[in-house]
Amino acid sequence: MAVPILKQGHYLIASIQAALSDKDLVQLRDDLADLVGRHRARGVIIDVTALDVLDSFATRTLRAIAYMTKLRGAETVIVGIQPDVALSMVQLGLTLEDVFTALDLEEGLSFLNERLQMDGRHGS
Amino acid sequence: MDPEVRVRIQTSADVVIARQQGRTLASRLGFSNSNLTIIATAISEVTRNIVEYAKEGEVRITLVENGTRRGVRIVAADRGPGIADISVVMRDGYSTGQGLGIGLPGSRRLMDDFEIESTVGKGTTVTMTKWAV
Repeated sequence: MAVPILKQGHYLIASIQAALSDKDLVQLRDDLADLVGRHRARGVIIDVTALDVLDSFATRTLRAIAYMTKLRGAETVIVGIQPDVALSMVQLGLTLEDVFTALDLEEGLSFLNERLQMDGRHGS
Repeated sequence: MDPEVRVRIQTSADVVIARQQGRTLASRLGFSNSNLTIIATAISEVTRNIVEYAKEGEVRITLVENGTRRGVRIVAADRGPGIADISVVMRDGYSTGQGLGIGLPGSRRLMDDFEIESTVGKGTTVTMTKWAV
């Protein structure tokens, strides 16, 4: 199923609602790469709260999204990795090096606001 | 419900079905949520290998007993190209595909028992078990 992507000020928020197949993840990557340019977004938040599994493919794709959007001039933050998912990722041996993460959507927004020095005025 | 689930693996959607059904079956043994997530993640890794390297196969997930222990056993089998040198694919970071090369060694870390049998030209079978406390 496709992930809804909302535009909020200079940010794009991808809010994952249900389990994603590899195909869905690749779609999300391509959609975001396109939308960052179209909306001139400065920041991207991917909310993975609803995901009960983050395996090697999902991790690799999230990393790819973060790098691709960076090349397009936007910062990406992954928010909402659940504690059980975090434990499983560590045991599997996965890392999200160089990718920003935050506890939840609220923290992700304030991280981007600080990082882009927008004080929330343009971000929301 | 019979304590066995079989899922035919052909597409990335089947990978999601397999890990969801595996989680549901394993939950009958009283695993913690952390362990259910670990089991689902390992199922995801081994079934993705089927899609990526063998195109199709099957995963069989069963509840097993060994003395007083009960656990969940996952058998992922395909008739794909097989693996010439298993010690190489069990090394972190080795991949001939598009992956991170972490699926098999990572799954071994996630599960309690892990075995892989493979014959070039015949296929690969991964058998792994997680025991409930």
